[in-house]
Amino acid sequence: MTGELYHVLALVLIVGFLGGIRLMNSPRTAVGGNLLGALCMLAAVVLTLVKYGLIGRWLLGAALAVGVVIGAVVALKVAMVQMPQLVAVLNGLGGAASAIVAVVVLLGQAAALNLFNRLSCGLALAIGTVTLSGSMVAAGKLAGWVRQKPVVLAGRAAVTVGLLAATVGLGLAAALAPSGAAAAISLAAVLAAALFGLVMTIRVGGGDMPITISLLNSWSGLAAAVAGFAIADPLLVAVGGVVGAAGLILTQSMCRGMNRSLVEVLSGRTTVISAAPADGDADRPAAPEASTAMRQQEPAEMGPVLRAAKRAVIVPGYGMALAQAQQQVKTLMDTLESVGCEVDFAIHPVAGRMPGHMNVLLAEVEVPYEKLWELDAANDAFAQTDVVIVVGANDVVNPAAMSAEGTPIYGMPILRVTEAAKVIVCNLDTAPGYAGVENPLYRHPKTTLLLGDASETVAALAACVSQ
Amino acid sequence: MTEVYLVILFLAATAAGYRNIRAVPTLLHTPLMSGMNALSGVTVLGAMVTTAASVATGSAVLAAAAVVLATVNVVAGFLVTHRMLRMFRSPGAGARRRGPT
Repeated sequence: MTGELYHVLALVLIVGFLGGIRLMNSPRTAVGGNLLGALCMLAAVVLTLVKYGLIGRWLLGAALAVGVVIGAVVALKVAMVQMPQLVAVLNGLGGAASAIVAVVVLLGQAAALNLFNRLSCGLALAIGTVTLSGSMVAAGKLAGWVRQKPVVLAGRAAVTVGLLAATVGLGLAAALAPSGAAAAISLAAVLAAALFGLVMTIRVGGGDMPITISLLNSWSGLAAAVAGFAIADPLLVAVGGVVGAAGLILTQSMCRGMNRSLVEVLSGRTTVISAAPADGDADRPAAPEASTAMRQQEPAEMGPVLRAAKRAVIVPGYGMALAQAQQQVKTLMDTLESVGCEVDFAIHPVAGRMPGHMNVLLAEVEVPYEKLWELDAANDAFAQTDVVIVVGANDVVNPAAMSAEGTPIYGMPILRVTEAAKVIVCNLDTAPGYAGVENPLYRHPKTTLLLGDASETVAALAACVSQ
Repeated sequence: MTEVYLVILFLAATAAGYRNIRAVPTLLHTPLMSGMNALSGVTVLGAMVTTAASVATGSAVLAAAAVVLATVNVVAGFLVTHRMLRMFRSPGAGARRRGPT
């Protein structure tokens, strides 16, 4: 195959990838968009096999076959609730592959490289390894193998900056080193990058996970793009760039949803449990309506309220995922609708542990997606809502975000559930959420608390409606 | 020359991707992420070329391991995205509209 033909075909595939993403802008066309992307990837593999004359290489064929089998088994076995950690692990694999490519090219094929290729190798090695170790820590936290609480190391600022400098410095040194020393320096660069990824993610706690996982997604793309620079492959460069952009958009979106900057999340500044709203503090900017005592009732007492409601909104949070209550939530929705109540869902952008987490869980139990309202639309409609049912959500409905200056969630856009006539909170307990800020919603006069396992309280709610 | 072409391609693809991806609703952000995840496995192409070009056995084995990892990334990424997207059904399609978003 001539170089020109290859480049033209590569460009066609890049346009195909972009078209596939374009189709992702609506749930109706998204399945087709994903298939288009998969077909383009298959075509890209075939194109590469043909261009480099690789057909018939047994090692390559075996490696591809093993990858396909493992990938298919993993993808078909995984449960939807495990999706955050699967996404994290897959990010890491992509990063690892890019880093390996960079190392092998740098050590084995150095003679054919110019300075641009070499520097790209060093960079791909660093970014890929950081992505791998960061993703593994994130996956471990999401799966509960690693402590979810932020781990704050002594002198972490100095350690982080030092490791970052070491990663970049050693990466570049590996790229420029004479062939005799390249292997040792590359190994050192890999170690420094792995440590940096570890230190960076180990101090990110559960609620900041959506931002972290989006950022790692972006880096896995960047690693592929830079590896593409190293071996002058247009498909790697373009597709890697697209993935980098996608991760960046998700990261921005998550940061907006939490009203915090990326630097704050990565430095762990906002994840430290805040001392600001200490109990009994006279200067505490209390929410104006947060004066009454908490009202805890039995689910059965909610029957009249729910049966009288014409419009209900359910606000799910990470607690719903933890309690595995989505099926009960769907049953509650069906029951309410059967007595003539209109039910919608209000989805906060950072509810859960990854972008769009709640939407996937609710889609799995066959809640139609028209019912999944975004933040602004949901907030506009609360005033016309008879009852709001909060299921395992805390920070995203915490009114302190509007009034309590100096707390980690101050300024974060929240779902203003108290604008509805009545609020029922089905949370495990009244402990502060991930941000560590006490929730005045629990003491609001409109609020009734149904504490305990959400799958039980929500099921009890549904039962009392149909009585 | 090649370097300039690659850098321009990178910038153009990133910009075009940025524009297209901004249009994806938050509803689909998880499948978007897993789909992008699959695309980041494009590095499998680099791993394939590197495997074939490796002379030393050690390099070839290492590069083949990269092929496995990237292939898992691609296949699992596209498949879970497919599984998720198929769940986004709309029994009442057309009956009621989503709120303004």
